[in-house]
Amino acid sequence: MTGWLLRRLAQAALVVLLMTAIVFVGLHAIGNPIDILIGEDLNQQERLQAIARLGLDQPLWRQYLAFVDGALHGQLGKSFVYQEDAIRLILQRLPATMELAVGALLLAVAIGVPLGLFAGMKPDHPLAKALMAASIVGFSLPAFWVALMFIMVFSVQLGWLPASGRGATRELFGVQWSWLTLDGLQHLILPAFNLALFKISLVLRLTRAGVREVLPQDFVKFARAKGLSPARVVLVHVLRNTLIPLVTVLGLELGSTIAYAVVTETIFAWPGAGKLILDSINSLDRPVVVAYLMVVVVIFVTLNLVVDLLYKLLDPRVRLEGAR
Amino acid sequence: MSDAEVPTLELRDLQTRFHTRDGVLPVVDGVSFTLARGKVLGLVGESGSGKSVTGFSIMGLVDPPGRVEGGQVLFQGRDLLQMSNAERRALRGDRIAMIFQDPMATLNPVLRVDTQMIETVQAHRSVSTTAARKQAADTLALMGLSNAGERLRAYPHQLSGGMRQRVAIAIALLHGPDLIIADEPTTALDVTIQAQILSEMQKLVAARGTSLIWISHDLSVVAGLADEIAVMYAGRIVEHGTVDQVLDDPQHPYTQGLIGSLPSANLRTQRRGERLRQIPGMAPNLLQMPEGCAFAPRCARASAACATRPEMTSPRADAPGHRVRCFHLGPVAAEASA
Amino acid sequence: MNWRRGFNEHSIWWRVAADFLRSRVAIAGLAVLALVALAALAAPWITPQNPYDLMQLDVLDARLKPGTPSSAAGFTYWLGTDGQGRDLYSAIVYGLRISLLVGIGSAAIAAVLGTGIGLLAAYAGGKVDAALMRLVDLLLSFPTILMALMILAYVGKGVGNVVLTLVLLEWAYYARTARGQALVETRRDYVEAARGQGIPPWRILSGHILPNCLPPLLVIGALQIARAITLEATLSFLGLGVPITEPSLGLLISNGYQYLLSNEYWISFFPGVALLATIVAINLVGDQLRDVLNPRLQR
Repeated sequence: MTGWLLRRLAQAALVVLLMTAIVFVGLHAIGNPIDILIGEDLNQQERLQAIARLGLDQPLWRQYLAFVDGALHGQLGKSFVYQEDAIRLILQRLPATMELAVGALLLAVAIGVPLGLFAGMKPDHPLAKALMAASIVGFSLPAFWVALMFIMVFSVQLGWLPASGRGATRELFGVQWSWLTLDGLQHLILPAFNLALFKISLVLRLTRAGVREVLPQDFVKFARAKGLSPARVVLVHVLRNTLIPLVTVLGLELGSTIAYAVVTETIFAWPGAGKLILDSINSLDRPVVVAYLMVVVVIFVTLNLVVDLLYKLLDPRVRLEGAR
Repeated sequence: MSDAEVPTLELRDLQTRFHTRDGVLPVVDGVSFTLARGKVLGLVGESGSGKSVTGFSIMGLVDPPGRVEGGQVLFQGRDLLQMSNAERRALRGDRIAMIFQDPMATLNPVLRVDTQMIETVQAHRSVSTTAARKQAADTLALMGLSNAGERLRAYPHQLSGGMRQRVAIAIALLHGPDLIIADEPTTALDVTIQAQILSEMQKLVAARGTSLIWISHDLSVVAGLADEIAVMYAGRIVEHGTVDQVLDDPQHPYTQGLIGSLPSANLRTQRRGERLRQIPGMAPNLLQMPEGCAFAPRCARASAACATRPEMTSPRADAPGHRVRCFHLGPVAAEASA
Repeated sequence: MNWRRGFNEHSIWWRVAADFLRSRVAIAGLAVLALVALAALAAPWITPQNPYDLMQLDVLDARLKPGTPSSAAGFTYWLGTDGQGRDLYSAIVYGLRISLLVGIGSAAIAAVLGTGIGLLAAYAGGKVDAALMRLVDLLLSFPTILMALMILAYVGKGVGNVVLTLVLLEWAYYARTARGQALVETRRDYVEAARGQGIPPWRILSGHILPNCLPPLLVIGALQIARAITLEATLSFLGLGVPITEPSLGLLISNGYQYLLSNEYWISFFPGVALLATIVAINLVGDQLRDVLNPRLQR
């Protein structure tokens, strides 16, 4: 087990390294790195100073090493717009994005799994069929349009929920979270739900497919033959076997949810990393773009690793296969 | 000396039908038999004969598109088909238990063995987990599994096929049921393990007075174990008698064919290189059943009389328990070559 | 053995079509798509206004409610007008054009490119295969929207760049599927036989292997078109896609955002409904296609 873990960690590190190389090469190939990292409105004198300071007059491989070194120390350039360390900017905004993403995922599971379970166990029930049809609409919906409609209905017409912004926050483990306050929750509901819509449909379909695969298997019939209560047969035997592959999918989906938060954050003016990156792209604040890319790579690689680990832990067949 | 004891199980004209897109299949078509306490019945037939579905019908585990549609299943005098789901569930695993065919698929692969045994105990008795675990360990020991503690903590895939089947049998025995239905439990196992499990089952059943229905497609497996044999074909029982009656004096052409096709039965008469006798024709298509006797298309003795459905009759006055569903009764005639 | 397959091909597709048409929902989806396609093709003839021609817009008619007659041109704005006086109905029809063009166009190019690469990988095997598949895995493990944003950040906005971005992101799906199918096929006997007969590789690929890879590729293609359309709409919404003067559905919705709070909902609402209907229809068709072409579900 430890052997496997070490190998995966090494692989992960390799991927991150590869990404730094790609980003670095990208910086040089696409544009003038001087402009990208320094900015264009410095006069000749300042430019030369900046170039020397950032070591941009060095040979390429040395620059790359310096880049990696800087990355390891959390130095990926200063934002043009905010004049702050790009990394720090992003890390500051990350909790807000995580709130959204995790909230959306929780909603997706809380709604999608029970509905999917029902649809899988009673596929011919009219409600089950309606759910499946609804799920197709669910993942066809353009998220940004739905966000606007949400705002239309819940904020403008009904006035129940705020149309934008993040609510009041409270601190936990040194970070400010908004889900710890009522006001924060009110602000969180619409964007989280908007982000969750696509996921709910996905989880519903996946759960239903999983249930339909598990249900006809012998061990389910055997469980009933033993006289177990229907609740136990469903919740322990059917659900357990269905959830294991689902969990791994969800882990990966968390990554994509963080990414898609860009759109939701923009519409709801949610101060997360996604909105930051979009603004940065539009204002050509390239250090922030670079830093964001690196952060996302690290998050993704970590998620992949965690998901693999989780799968090993949850499925005894996989876990013990390796140990033998 | 007991007075007229209520038989453990009595099936009266059980009908189970499957409603598929292509038509209605009468998978169990009027099956009746009685099983007394402590007796072993061998239910024999080829695949598709309805023997497994008969077992499931008794347990109340027939899944759509199948449905039990007629007859009575009297367990110790009470009709299971008339009971509520909750009452049936209370009996399952406690008084009536079932063992399935494929040990690889019977146990839930993501749960430990002890979890799957303990839940069976606790489903029917309110005992502590510790007491339940002890009961599980004791039953495993009964099955001849050494090191019960380790086996309990294992996951199914860590055990061999034979061990898994023993676990499944142990689960069936946990509450000392009055009736066990074993659906081809040794078919998927090695021959040596088969023999072991057969003899173990025999001892256990004899010791506790449990009634046993052993479903199989293999007469030879059942021959050593059963007290009575019922032969099924196309959803109907075509011959039923004690094991001696059926094996030594088979009356129905299908039974004769089954026995005749056994290598061991032919050993005495067979000469080297001689072909085994086969039953001509193919298994019946339940969608296109002939009006009368189901076996007529493959029967060498078929005649015009076979256009009506035969009933079970006793050909021998001196053996009233031996019943056959055929118009052309009589000893094994000199058959034309296979 | 394989030659017989060629002759029977026509009846296989017939069977597929028959199976497909058994679902009423799928037929509905197909009908909607046909309608959309027709509308897009016939755009100039069925709309009272060319929404991209700034000369035809009347700024004084901006933000009119649905059903208001126009002040000068003599027709009614059935779906209202947007912030620049565009007849929303016309804008939607022309916007559908762009959506379909971009969606189908990028999917088609990506399909050709991706299938080619996938088949190549499968046939070449070894290191080439491994390298290509690593690339595909890398590409597919990152969320599309981020990659799209990054690419557009470097190459700039515009319809052409959006198509380029979409192609770059989509080819990997086709490559992976094509390679998977092709691998199964290349192992089969008839390919060995053909090779033994000296038939050149490209002919084996195109004549024998490719036809057998088509079913899953079709399914992927259908679903990819939906994704492409959604992605283009999202990118346009974020301001990274089509130019402001020739709005696609996404941009129309984005334009309507600012008027939402004044309860002028139609500017965002109707284009969104059109977009939704199109995408749902494609997904319904793709879903049914997948069920029909799935070998496991085949009787």
